[in-house]
Formats: sequence, C-alpha cells, structure tokens
Amino acid sequence: MKEIYFDNNATTKVDEAVFEEMRPYFCELYGNPSSMHFFGGQVQKKVDEARKRVATLLGASPEEIIFTACGTESDNAAIRSALEAFPEKRHIITTRVEHPAVLTLCRNLGKRGYRVTELNVDGEGRLDLDELKSTVDDDTVIVSIMYANNETGVVFPIEEAGAIVKEKGALFHTDAVQAVGKIPLDMATSTIDMLSLSGHKLHAPKGIGALYLRKGVPFRPFMVGGHQEKSRRAGTEATAAIIALGKACELAALHMDDENTRVKVMRDRLEKALMELIPNRRINGGAAERLPNTTSIAFEFVEGEAILLLLSEKGICASSGSACTSGSLEPSHVLRAMGVPFTCAHGSIRFSLSRFNTDAEVDTIIRELPPIIRRLREISPFGREMLAQAAQ
Amino acid sequence: MWDYTDKVKEHFLNPRNVGEIQDADAVGEVGSLACGDALKLFVKLDEQKQRIVDAKFQTFGCGSAIASSSALTEMIKGKTLDEALLVTNQEIADFLGGLPEEKMHCSVMGQEALEVAIAKYRGVAAPSQCHDHAEQEGEIVCKCFGLTDGFLKKVIAANKLHTAEQVTHFTKAGGACGGCIPKIKELIDEVMGEQVKEVRKKPEKLTNLRKMQLIQEVLEKEVRPQLWADGGDLELVDIDGGNVQIAFRKACAGCVSSGYTARFVEQKLRDLVSDDITVEEVEG
Repeated sequence: MKEIYFDNNATTKVDEAVFEEMRPYFCELYGNPSSMHFFGGQVQKKVDEARKRVATLLGASPEEIIFTACGTESDNAAIRSALEAFPEKRHIITTRVEHPAVLTLCRNLGKRGYRVTELNVDGEGRLDLDELKSTVDDDTVIVSIMYANNETGVVFPIEEAGAIVKEKGALFHTDAVQAVGKIPLDMATSTIDMLSLSGHKLHAPKGIGALYLRKGVPFRPFMVGGHQEKSRRAGTEATAAIIALGKACELAALHMDDENTRVKVMRDRLEKALMELIPNRRINGGAAERLPNTTSIAFEFVEGEAILLLLSEKGICASSGSACTSGSLEPSHVLRAMGVPFTCAHGSIRFSLSRFNTDAEVDTIIRELPPIIRRLREISPFGREMLAQAAQ
Repeated sequence: MWDYTDKVKEHFLNPRNVGEIQDADAVGEVGSLACGDALKLFVKLDEQKQRIVDAKFQTFGCGSAIASSSALTEMIKGKTLDEALLVTNQEIADFLGGLPEEKMHCSVMGQEALEVAIAKYRGVAAPSQCHDHAEQEGEIVCKCFGLTDGFLKKVIAANKLHTAEQVTHFTKAGGACGGCIPKIKELIDEVMGEQVKEVRKKPEKLTNLRKMQLIQEVLEKEVRPQLWADGGDLELVDIDGGNVQIAFRKACAGCVSSGYTARFVEQKLRDLVSDDITVEEVEG
C-alpha cells in the first residue's frame, strides 16, 4: 500500500537530493575531518560548507552554528548551558505547551530547586505576552519559548517575546524545530540568543540537529571530551548527516515560498472541506497565526486512536493529540493547556503536510475521513445521541 | 504503533453486536467522555430469565476498547448471568489473543460494564463501580479517573499486579497527575499481605503432586512479591523430589547477594511446604 504521508511534523522523507549529497560520505569519503591528511581535509571542507548553508538559512554566521544529534540535544544543551553560565540566577520561564524536550527538562530542574514558570496559552493556543512581562525578573536566567507548536502549528510572537526577555537581561532560547524551513528567520536582526533545529523535520535524516548560538553569548558545553565544534560539542562529527543537513537547509530556502503558497493552499483546502463535510468538529488554534502546513482538528464523541487506525487502513498517515496513541491516558498537554472541551479532547487529529504532498492525496483524505468519523460515531454511545439529535 | 493481534484488529475493523437492544433486560454503562473511553452494554435474557440470548454494545474509545467490547458480547451470549459474571478481564484479553499491557484497562472496562449491568438487573449495588461517582463504594484513590480503593484492590488481586505501573495499565489509576501512585503502592502491599495470609500452614503429609503445587504457590504468593519489591524476580525451573531449581531474573540475576536470596527462598519453602527441601540456583 502506498503511503499518503500527512505526518510531517513527526518526521519527513529525506529529499532524494539530500540523500545523494550525503551518499559518498559513508563508503568513499569516510575520513575524519580532524585528521591531518588530505583524505580527512576534504571532508572538513564539506562540513564547513554545510555549516555555511545552515547559517544562511537562519541569517546567522557559520561560527554561530553547532551541530548536535537532534533537536532534543540542542534544547538540553542550550538550557543547561545557560544555568551553568549564570549559577546565581534561579528562575526559568517556559510555556505549558512546549515540546517535552524542553518541558520535561524544565520540570526536572524545578524539582532540583529552580523556580520554573510555565506561561499559559488561551483557547486558541496563543501566548499572553503580558504574563511573560510580569514574570520575567532579575533572577530569570533563561526563557525558552517554542517558535511554533508541533501539535497545532500555532506560531508564537517570538521577536516580541525576545524583546521583553532582553530588557531584563535574561537569555532567550527558542525551540524552532517546527518553524525552520517554513518561516523566514534572520538571526542578524533577531532577539534570539539560542535556537534549536532538527534535520529530520526538514527532509534531512534523523540523528542530526543544530544549535544556533549568538556570538558573545556565554556557552558551557553539555558534551565534553573533544575539540570538535570549537569544543562546544565534543564527539566526532556525523559528517554524512551534517552534509545532508546543509543540503536540506539550502533546499528549504528554495522551497520556502512553496511551503507558504502551494502547501498552505492544500492545507487550507483540506481543512475547509473537512469542516464542511463533518459536523461537530473544531480546529485547534484555528484563529491563531499558524504554520502553513499544519492543521489539528478535534472531532466530538470519537477517540483519536480509532480514527488513526481506520485512516491507516486506507494508507493515510496522520497523528493525534489523543491519549491512547501514546500510552498516556490523558489528552496531550497542549490541548489541555488550551482548554479544548472534554467532548472532543480525545478526538483530535493532526495532519501535517510537506512539499511532497499532492492535491490528489488531499482529495483522498477528503473522501475517506468523513465516513470514518461517521462510522465511529455510530459505535460511540455519545456519537449516537448526537446523530439522533441531528436527525430530528 | 501498538502491536495489536490480528484478532484485535479484526474485532476493531468488524465489531460484532454494535447497537442497542430496545427491550434489554440489563443495561450497564461505564466510563465517560472526559475519561477517554466509555461503554454501554445491553443484555437480553431468554423467557425464563436464565440465559443471555443477545448482547449489544456502544463504545467510545480506542481500537482495543472497541475490540474488547465486541469480544465481550460474543463471549457472554448463551451464558447464564452467574456464568457471565465469572468472565474475567484476562479472559476478554485472551479471547483477543492478548492486549498490550498498556491497554489492559480496555478489557477491565468490558468486565466492569457487565458487572454493572447484572447488578442493576438484580437490583443490587455493583461490587466495584468506578467512573460512576454517585454510586461507588469506598474511598476515591485516583481523583483524575474517579477510581476507588475497592475497585483497585479487586483488579490488583484478580490480575496479580505488583507494580504501580501495571495498575495504571489495567485501570488508568495514576496515569494522569500521578498524585495517587504512593497510595496505589500501599494498596498493592495490602493486597499482597492478604494473599500471603491465605497460604496455609505447613501440612502434615504431602503427595508429590500436592508438594509441587504448594511449592509453586509459595513461590508465587510469598516469595516473588518480596523480590518484586526490590526490582528482582525468579523463575521456577524444575522440581526433583525435594530439590527445587530456580533461576534469578531482573535485579536478582547477577546480584552479589543472590546466594543469600536463594537461602531465603529455601527457608520459606521449608517453613511452609516441607523440611526436606533444598533450593538450587541454576542457569535458566
């Protein structure tokens, strides 16, 4: 069965051009960039080129880019570094809707004596900047706010938040894993001190990420034991993956317009059609500014895992903020923070598109999903009540 | 992705007995929208009001909740009410070729709905209703899912659960805020304690078969729970006359004190089964 892949916020297909770029660096050009011979030296040049490509996408300089293994490592490295650099400060600010890579770390730090503030969001998933303004203080060491939410696609006003943070002299980190490649970024004019990105969310392979670290911001490495990345991230470079990330960033810049036009049009069409064809549903964060590729729709009286399994039977790959898919028992922390009504909190489905999706695929989902929701509502005691009422 | 058996998938994709019975003799409802799953079960009895002739269900929930409901309705048809009450959640899971442990609460929900339906028909209070705040008995332990100590103790005992994580998988208790996990651990100890008391005093005479059964029982109820408490475990490999061969598992495997633990096991078996028992640790 050919997959209809609408789960690009989970991971993406490696672009063929990216794969071709990295291919020689396994069996042929396998040298260590740190070596003194020509064979390693030529790989060093490609790593330098990759660093430039990543920097260009972010509007940064190459020496501000540190390669890591993943977005989670970048997040951990950024936050832990800030705490070590300013040991006298004990207050951390983040949001209730962060990715677990940030949220779990902050909550663990909370148990170790740090004061942790988790900013709230409104019913549309939007941040309240006044709350940030009133909580950031002289004791605040770092503020970590995601650029765009992975579940709903809601984009936060990062530059405005950064301005508030800088006024109080705290460091400002953003987990931009979902935003890079979809939203134009320019670190040269930004308030961001540190930014995390992940390769596999933008058509590079899994196992590679990067941390942008503004020049002049103090850094205390999380991984030590080697001089690599200017001693900011020890460990032999994952050369093939780094080269792949460089290529993926170059391509992301080329395709940014496509993401914001063609992909967005497909997302909007999918969303509009599902809203028309299916009653008792709502878009999570629909009134907020969102990524062009993401839609999260909550269906009343049905459960997300059941929807996903039936979609999967048709080859359609999506994701849910539902409890049952993850093994946890509550709806996602993001939907709960937004106060999504309990009638549909368990029935949220996320479709996340990429430039590889087609209009025909959108048509398939528009055809297949409404009968699936109807079928599950006919099994559900609450769904049956709803259908009976509607029939009257 | 969950590793569902083909039978779970089949019952989810083609659920049996979805719907309602207009003139049902018994109806049981458990769960809620907020909890994330709910089941409404309809049971129809024959003219003598003896046997179940039809059963239908409506379920809001995940794939395994729908499959468990479908399985339950198939299993109880043709049974008397007393026979139906003997259906355990484990049997529902077994009918489906097993459920992932994290999904065992789906089978528990099926069993519960059946109990509620029959209790209502008979006009008695259900022995252990969770989800239904108005009627439940006992003290609420898990506030997030509204589960009482009576209900949790029953599931712990019936399924021989020995960690708080398992209790969460089977009942959801502790799966949201986690605030009740210490209390769940206390309940496990309490249930274990009661089970230990059930073990009989050392008998005067034993046939070989009875001796083997008793060794197994003591290991199950008396010894292993104590090892679990420290993250360890053992497996019974063989019994040859009075010689009991065991293999250590988990934290006990390779533990420097395993020799001491083996003597502890031996003493227990001598105290509770027979004086001539020796315990030998083997590779298994």
